[in-house]
Amino acid sequence: MIRVNVALLAILVACALSLVTSRHQSRRLFVALEHEQAAGRALETEYGQLQLEQSTWGMPARVEKIAREQLKMQMPSAARTDVVALPEAKGTAQ
Amino acid sequence: MTAAGVALTGRATRSREAVPLVLPRFRSPLVFGALALLFMVLLARSLYLQWFDNEFLQGQGTARHSRELEVPAHRGRIVDRAGEALALSTPVKSLWAFPDKFDATPEQIAALAAILETTPRKINTRLDANEDFAFIAKQVAPEIAERAMALRIPGLHDQNEYRRFYPGGEVTAQIVGFTGDHDVGQEGIELAQQAWLSGIPGSRRVIINRRSEAVEDVAAIRAPQAGHDLSLAIDARLQYLAFRELKAAIDLNKAKAGGLVILDVKTGEILAMANWPTYNPNSRNKVAPSMMRNRALTDTFEPGSTMKPFTIAAALEAGRVRPDTVIETAPGTLTIGPATIHDAHPEGALTVEQVIQKSSNVGAAKIALSLPSATLWEMFSSAGFGTLPKTGFPGEVSGRLRPAKSWRPIEQATMAYGHGISVNLVQLARAYTMFATDGEVKSATLFKTDGFVAGRPVLHPETARAVRHMLELVTSPGGTAPRAQVPGYRVAGKTGTAHKVEGRGYGNKYVASFVGFAPVSNPRLVVAVMLDEPSAGQYYGGIVAAPVFSSVTGSALRMLGVPTDAPLNNVILPPEGSEIREET
Repeated sequence: MIRVNVALLAILVACALSLVTSRHQSRRLFVALEHEQAAGRALETEYGQLQLEQSTWGMPARVEKIAREQLKMQMPSAARTDVVALPEAKGTAQ
Repeated sequence: MTAAGVALTGRATRSREAVPLVLPRFRSPLVFGALALLFMVLLARSLYLQWFDNEFLQGQGTARHSRELEVPAHRGRIVDRAGEALALSTPVKSLWAFPDKFDATPEQIAALAAILETTPRKINTRLDANEDFAFIAKQVAPEIAERAMALRIPGLHDQNEYRRFYPGGEVTAQIVGFTGDHDVGQEGIELAQQAWLSGIPGSRRVIINRRSEAVEDVAAIRAPQAGHDLSLAIDARLQYLAFRELKAAIDLNKAKAGGLVILDVKTGEILAMANWPTYNPNSRNKVAPSMMRNRALTDTFEPGSTMKPFTIAAALEAGRVRPDTVIETAPGTLTIGPATIHDAHPEGALTVEQVIQKSSNVGAAKIALSLPSATLWEMFSSAGFGTLPKTGFPGEVSGRLRPAKSWRPIEQATMAYGHGISVNLVQLARAYTMFATDGEVKSATLFKTDGFVAGRPVLHPETARAVRHMLELVTSPGGTAPRAQVPGYRVAGKTGTAHKVEGRGYGNKYVASFVGFAPVSNPRLVVAVMLDEPSAGQYYGGIVAAPVFSSVTGSALRMLGVPTDAPLNNVILPPEGSEIREET
């Protein structure tokens, strides 16, 4: 009888310890998950800022200003434009 | 041990034995009973706390180890038809404090001021302004807020917010609108689509450790719902083009205000809607309400001659005239009762085509008077005048089209050339889709639609084609708007030069307009231009507004890759000084 009791006690202690460890493990993993989620949010923030930057840099007003002033580009007038017809008339349609 | 000590001990022992201890019989049970009772009280109290009145303690316990965290939800972006962002939110932080709990050394305040790029004096002023609550810095970049929080000043707190940015700035300001406090839309699409765009923040309960880090999820109370993105019909490139050309024309002609609308003929989508004056939605410190108005939809004006094609279309539909019917317009005036209608350039006998081409008021009035007023009213009404454009924009107006029963003959005559009726620019552009298609009016929308959209048939195809041909003549050298011509494309349209109503009558201020479409062989775009009070000497629609139409239409068709339908040297301007001018 006493042997069975000792064995049960040992199992009980083992179970209790494993519960403690797994509980600890789960909290540790959860903290890690939290960290990753925070990192994800930070990336999302950065994505938003990059989107903003992209659309600010890419606004037609700015592109045109640079093209005209820095690159000295200009729109060709009709007199300097040639329209080339493709052999297949269908090919020119959009 | 000494003898005396032994003696002392022996005496004491003896004396205790000498007086035997006799306790009252009830004393021991009484003490026992009292102690037991106290234990019972404790037990009862603990039972009570454990099972019956446990809410308070549970609450307190939870408050010490669990927290409810807000999970932020993004407001949706507003993008143009190509996905280019017109409005988007990025996370920012605001710093605030309870001034009575705020406790910082002068060095800390100096450091805080350095981080926030302000002065210690300004921070102190903010703290002194209100004793309950003070914003130290509103909507700063997250990394700045983190550096400020790293100073560990007691009483300083931060909170997460979103800030809305508008990359399009003044170009798209009136369409997109803006949001106010708490990310709630206040103007434009931001206001109209608040429910679709706004996100609902979620919240969850977590267990925290002593460093206030979440260690375990207890329950998700509410899942966050991010706002939806919204695709507008606007094309950012065309919008910028429209804005640039409109602004150039307003500067050149010293106009007070102006608007430009580009409609897609196939779908009715509004590809561009530019307004002047405008403002920068990203910094709205000095913005007058008049700058915020989307004039193309919220303001009406008397359209003038741009209404004539509808009068002619009504007469053609009714079978009263044919395009080559001759109308006598000499001597250039027509007297109805006490009023007289004038032509700016008196002509003799004109065909119906020429009435449009040369914009004769007398001709249009005579044609209108030959029709029953109900027929004319029906045409104007089915073209969409006097009814809301229903583009999905807040604050749009319907304009004014009085019921036919109340028209007097002079009013019927003036309405034929666009006086006594008021419209907004989008209505005008939308109505012209009936000439650009084979007689169908497309409903105008600000939202992106996919594929072909069927219109509401108003005219017979033959009528639409006949009027389209007349409108093309307007842009020929004999018409009122040769300056509307575009190299490489056939264009059609109509000028308008309307006197503005001032007080009770018409003064010497004008609204110059041009509404047209291109390419005529297979129309793709309707472009409507309106300039309010051009005051640099020129005010005729054909001189002030038509060149804007020409440059916008030419560039827009090229950007959209629409094949040309005319040789590039198709533009023929009349000799200097021989241009035909019109009023109304």
